[in-house]
Amino acid sequence: MKKTNKLYLIFLIVFLSVFYFLVENQFYRSIVIYVMFNAINASLLNILFGYAGIISLGQAAFFGIGAYTTGILTVHFGINPFLTILIGAFISFVVAYIVGFPTLKLHGHYLAMATLGFGMIVYILFNEFTDITGGPSGLVGIAKLSIFGILIDDESKFYIFFSVIFVGFSILLELFDKSFYSYKLKFIKESESASKSFGINVSKVKLIVFATTSMFSAVVGSLFAFYSGFISPVSFSLKYSIDLFVMATLGGLGSITGGTLGAALLTVFPELISNFEDYEMIIYGSLLAIIVMFFPQGISGLIKKMLGKYVRS
Amino acid sequence: MQFFYSGLTSGSIYALVAIGFNIIYNTTGLINFAQGEFVVLGGMLMYTTLTILGLPVSVAFLVTFIIMFIVGVVFEKFFLRYVKLKTETNLIAITIALAVIMRGIAMVIWGRDSLAVPPYIEDKTISVIGGSMNSQSILVIIVCFFVAIILSSFFKYTKYGKAFRACYDDQTAATICGINVNMIRMLSFAIASLLGALAGAIIAPITFVTYTDGIMAGLKGFAAAIIGGLGSFWGGLFGGFALGVIEGFFAFVLPSGFKDAFAFIILLLILFIKPTGLFGKKKAVRV
Repeated sequence: MKKTNKLYLIFLIVFLSVFYFLVENQFYRSIVIYVMFNAINASLLNILFGYAGIISLGQAAFFGIGAYTTGILTVHFGINPFLTILIGAFISFVVAYIVGFPTLKLHGHYLAMATLGFGMIVYILFNEFTDITGGPSGLVGIAKLSIFGILIDDESKFYIFFSVIFVGFSILLELFDKSFYSYKLKFIKESESASKSFGINVSKVKLIVFATTSMFSAVVGSLFAFYSGFISPVSFSLKYSIDLFVMATLGGLGSITGGTLGAALLTVFPELISNFEDYEMIIYGSLLAIIVMFFPQGISGLIKKMLGKYVRS
Repeated sequence: MQFFYSGLTSGSIYALVAIGFNIIYNTTGLINFAQGEFVVLGGMLMYTTLTILGLPVSVAFLVTFIIMFIVGVVFEKFFLRYVKLKTETNLIAITIALAVIMRGIAMVIWGRDSLAVPPYIEDKTISVIGGSMNSQSILVIIVCFFVAIILSSFFKYTKYGKAFRACYDDQTAATICGINVNMIRMLSFAIASLLGALAGAIIAPITFVTYTDGIMAGLKGFAAAIIGGLGSFWGGLFGGFALGVIEGFFAFVLPSGFKDAFAFIILLLILFIKPTGLFGKKKAVRV
């Protein structure tokens, strides 16, 4: 087994703290926060798709379940914000388990369509249960989270809080990548029948991975609700699922830095171009096409290849 | 009964999209996630040729079909064929990528508004048992049946149809028998693209066309194809009508916003219970 990639983690910590002290601008900080949101979601999708070979086009739904659980519970019922994260995570886990149980037996395009359909159903429900979700116009007035008695109510506090979460998550990811479990998943991706004959309970492993990643997505969704204070179904539409898919693929499937890399590129890049929205879909689609056609390993694969010439890792 | 008739109209569009899925599936074993975008492009091209350029209907159809044929060819020849690692997931990803690109292009060219296409035949309301139907809707249903009959006899009885089926069974064997597999693959995408365009063109006067319609059209067409069983034309036709009517019924009894959710719930149920569909081939499930 390979050693953990400490360099990457140190880089993350240094970058996030240097950025905090050098850049006071709230707007730039918010971009970094969004990068981290997308990075976690894309990395989770990467585990599903890149490691376990589970193609899921409905990940935005679980993100949304977390966000809406927090939103609804704090707005309508005034439940302790911290508790709503746990409830959201639990609901998401259960939903993913129930949906995954029959769905994960499917493969390839069947699975893709099933998860896509699931994502659409959840999106429609967010839109249609107007009484509790606020419908298309969204849900306002979500409470702020407080940790150890400190209310996280502004951009810089959230930045610090979320950076800690993000670094923690990255360490977990890194440990996961080097663990036996990730090899198990990759084995399943290579050949299900072979891994079955090695005594791996394929459907159980897949189900647990699916439910766990969905649970993490929901946690991030809750944090997103706290951060923005406002949620509407648009943030959890099919488009976001596809965006995540593009991020994970661009960054590099099956590589632990892939999700973060892709998310960073695709979140920062649009901010640099003024009328990006008009051409967003063409650019995303073309990037995905180019990566899939010519660089199936993604950008992190390219970097590894280039580094590999000089350093033997 | 009215919901039944409106269900038939939307059902025939789902059926046409489903048949488009089946054509590609039957030759390449792939699902084309951009099938819905073909529908949108077809409708939008009709808008351009008819409303903006003012061409006669027959010429407009011809121009639309020629362009969509080229789109189908480009789709396969310049994108799918150059995918480095032809795994199933990569091929799914590339069709998703192309769907997103096509949606983006449609938005840039035609904008975000719904576009109205003038009707092709005189707009009349015809009363039928237990309700009434629009002449446009009847045209849609007739076209759908007509296409299904032509295509299924093409694939069943002609030499070329046989070549298409041979490609699905075994590409290597087909090559050995002197079939140009690449050509057949390309043609299957071109025909699917034409079918999508036809569906988009005939439905456009009834529902109008917006650049985002492709997602719904594609998903529901896929649901129809799954209900009937992937690979079966008549199954696709049946699935389309069944889905249309069921959906029409639910729109009748429930708030219309939930209508779309039902199509997906049906899709999921069929996938869970019987992924091969009602008339599907055995090969549909691969382990």
